[in-house]
Amino acid sequence: MLTLHCPNCGVHADETDLHAEGEAHLKRFASGSSDDDFHDYMFQRQNPKGVHFERWKHVYGCGKYFLAARCTATLEVFGTYSAQTHEPPQAIKDAITAKRPGWSWGDFS
Amino acid sequence: MSNAVSTLNGKVASGEVTIREGGLRGMITFRGDLSNAKLKSVCKTLTGFGVPEMGKATSNGDKGVAWMSPDELLILVPHAQTNDAIAAIEKAMKGQHHLAKNVSDARTHLTVQGSFAREVIAKLAPADLHPDHFQIGDFRRTRLGQVAAAFWMTDAETFEVICFRSVGEYAFDLLAASAKAGPVGRF
Repeated sequence: MLTLHCPNCGVHADETDLHAEGEAHLKRFASGSSDDDFHDYMFQRQNPKGVHFERWKHVYGCGKYFLAARCTATLEVFGTYSAQTHEPPQAIKDAITAKRPGWSWGDFS
Repeated sequence: MSNAVSTLNGKVASGEVTIREGGLRGMITFRGDLSNAKLKSVCKTLTGFGVPEMGKATSNGDKGVAWMSPDELLILVPHAQTNDAIAAIEKAMKGQHHLAKNVSDARTHLTVQGSFAREVIAKLAPADLHPDHFQIGDFRRTRLGQVAAAFWMTDAETFEVICFRSVGEYAFDLLAASAKAGPVGRF
């Protein structure tokens, strides 16, 4: 069972209180962008075995989004943080590096 | 105005833990900046309580304020005074971006009262209800069985529960079944 700390309301929410909202830190390419950029934005997703960044919604709770860093292989949670960020905070990156030295994900490492 | 009737018209399931449908309750959803000083004073005037801290609720009888999310409050007032209360909020918040809406008839209010009321809720919700973690004044939005609900404690043996009206009967029956099944003895 996965429990994630919601940074918006301070609740340690059970998986069933939450809704998975896909990959975090997507950069949107919409009208005016090239077909390749739009294709990648629409369809290309990371599917790592290991460190992963996801967007979650505290759907039965405060109704707000947040982001989580966790390991897809072990379900270990490295931390959760505000959805209003373009990249993981340093503290989250440090927490991952301590457990998974040499990790990388997209443009982050 | 048509004759307002609550979801289950005050239905009661008596037992060691008694479930009561709370009848007509005035409920106002407020959205906006919760740090606004005028909001604090209008809450105080309407309910006797200021804006609660994150994850808290304060209530006394028909009146109360609950923290729903970083930009949302639930304001409880006597049912007949709901529209006047909204007018007071609109007046106080004039010029500020906000929303105050009467949701009284969209919600159901239930009371769970008795020696093991805590366990009646704990059996149904994925929330930590250990006495060390959930105490009087704490407020939690989560689910009960299969439906969204929120609850808070007003004293050691009383929980107030709110949910959508459309699932009010389900929530009542669920709580009544949980109460009938007896205590687990974990707390």
